[in-house]
Amino acid sequence: MKALFKNQSKPLLSIFTTAGYPKIDDLDRQLALFDSKNVNFIELGIPFSDPMADGPTIQETSTIALQNGMNLDILFGQLNERKSTLPIVLMGYLNPILLFGLERFLELSKKANVSGFIIPDLEIDLYQERYKSIFEAFEIPVCFLVTPRTTDARIQKAAELSKNGFVYLVSTNSITGGEVAGNNKLSARYEEIKSLCGATPVMIGFGISDRHSFNGAAKNLNGGIIGSAYLKALKKGEETEFLNQF
Amino acid sequence: MKSILETDELGFYGEFGGAYIPELLYPSVQELKEAFFKYKGDEDFIAEFKHLLKDYVGRPTPLYFSKKLSEKHGAQIFLKREDLNHTGAHKINNTIGQILLAKRMGKTQIVAETGAGQHGVATATVCALMDMECTIYMGAKDIDRQAPNVERMKYMGAKVVSAESGSKTLKDATNEAIRHWINNPDTFYLIGSVVGPHPYPAMVAYFQAVISEEIKKQLLQKTNHEKPDIVIACVGGGSNAAGAFYHFYDDENVRLIAVEAGGLGIKSGKSAATAVLGKPGVIHGSYTLLMQDAYGQIVEPHSISAGLDYPGIGPLHAATISSGRVEAIAINDNEALNAAQLLAKSEGIIPALETAHALAALNHCEFKKNDVVVINLSGRGDKDMQTLLNNKYDESTF
Ligand SMILES: Cc1ncc(COP(=O)(O)O)c(C=O)c1O
Repeated sequence: MKALFKNQSKPLLSIFTTAGYPKIDDLDRQLALFDSKNVNFIELGIPFSDPMADGPTIQETSTIALQNGMNLDILFGQLNERKSTLPIVLMGYLNPILLFGLERFLELSKKANVSGFIIPDLEIDLYQERYKSIFEAFEIPVCFLVTPRTTDARIQKAAELSKNGFVYLVSTNSITGGEVAGNNKLSARYEEIKSLCGATPVMIGFGISDRHSFNGAAKNLNGGIIGSAYLKALKKGEETEFLNQF
Repeated sequence: MKSILETDELGFYGEFGGAYIPELLYPSVQELKEAFFKYKGDEDFIAEFKHLLKDYVGRPTPLYFSKKLSEKHGAQIFLKREDLNHTGAHKINNTIGQILLAKRMGKTQIVAETGAGQHGVATATVCALMDMECTIYMGAKDIDRQAPNVERMKYMGAKVVSAESGSKTLKDATNEAIRHWINNPDTFYLIGSVVGPHPYPAMVAYFQAVISEEIKKQLLQKTNHEKPDIVIACVGGGSNAAGAFYHFYDDENVRLIAVEAGGLGIKSGKSAATAVLGKPGVIHGSYTLLMQDAYGQIVEPHSISAGLDYPGIGPLHAATISSGRVEAIAINDNEALNAAQLLAKSEGIIPALETAHALAALNHCEFKKNDVVVINLSGRGDKDMQTLLNNKYDESTF
């Protein structure tokens, strides 16, 4: 993960896909596709019944993945057997992780060579107070979210905590699958945020739907993450065409 | 000694509570927290709250001695008549408090979730009163089974949005309301129970505390007792119970009984008895007891009453039930139906189906002759007439 950011010459492309969607065992096929295209790393969603910060597209893929029988045991099995060497960041809500057992989850993540975590409902202060020491024992970074409304002091805190991964900049204040990011009013704020983050890389996500919006949003940052737009293409069987634009 | 009601800095009651929220919500929750802790001790704020509770809601609600229930169960049984509040349930105590807070925060738009529709109606009501724009999310299944309340909300100018995700009940309406709040951060999210991220559980309990404040005063006037021996209330998220227990939590001599919906039975797979079936976890921003499967997916609960059809309980209840301070009982659908029928025929009071669960708990308790028992009659049953009529009760219970 660190090497990826260190050696980058242009904004990195990360694709979000939901584990177990559209078929339970589709991960290897998608990873091979990502390997053959200009994808730099994967954000792999652990499906959850009640994804509070997600819009209809990711909700639907989660529901289908759960109906397909996806769970953390199966997911770690698939990760252990994967052929691709693309870095994988696991994205998931806290509840399934806590019930699985946080330490067991971290141990299996370590074994499966997971590069980082994004846990949207793990709030920063709470993390520091209750969970940080457990995460740190396994040395896989948690990548914290910030939004254009996050205060400067909190952005710096997020950057410090995410220094071995990246800060996830949420482009606008809305759930996933919203409008195109990167309008001009916010670009200035993005740059401020980038500078507040210092050496910690900044990836932008939420609302990036194509090459145009990717270039607009990610241009002065370390890269961008595409989720709902990719999943919509995947649903139609047009994922290869979608990735060809990058 | 530290009060049971006190949370730590992060909003935990012991192990349970907190604010497990995405960063997108952090500024809004922070703003709310600051406003609540500023105004909860503000004299003008409290005066306005009390004034509206009196002149608009119709408080204090009576504490009614039920001679027939007392004779039947061999104790002194009182009913705290929250059903006589404006809009027919305890829910309005909380919506009055929150709308006053919203007004002071300069908010003009309100979003809320509703299960039985009682909180939705109470929210639509205070929004009409305060000229606020009102959006209510309600599960598609609940829109069907609580139709009269949908009409009431719309008639008062609220927009009712059907929640079509998941089990299409209260949990999903709550998800949608939270998503709406994320997308519209200037909106005030007026939550309906002692659930959600800190400070909601503490705030809603605070606004409902008027119930036990009155019980205390009224009991002293009527019976010379400083406190009841037993307080019984139903628990969906737990707001009417939190209000009825509030001033008694720190007095170990008062037995507190929380009644959950057993649905078709604890072991039937169709239940909403969170205290029995739940494991600790995170739902709607709070660490609490929660009905979930082996992989932490939230289970779809079942109860005949829409207001109890929720897979979690408030963190205060999770903490007090886990510690043994509060006893939890599960009442099945048919027992609740029987209890509703019994109260209707014997006292001429048609209770809400949620409330009927609390009444049915009388059959599960052993009383001493002079025990003073208060049941929180959280709401009236007009909204449930269709369900009550469609379900046969068992004559043998009378
Ligand atoms: C009459 C009545 N009682 C109880 C409840 C359950 O809510 P809570 O547990 O927050 O009191 C509801 C919810 O809609 C209700 O309408």
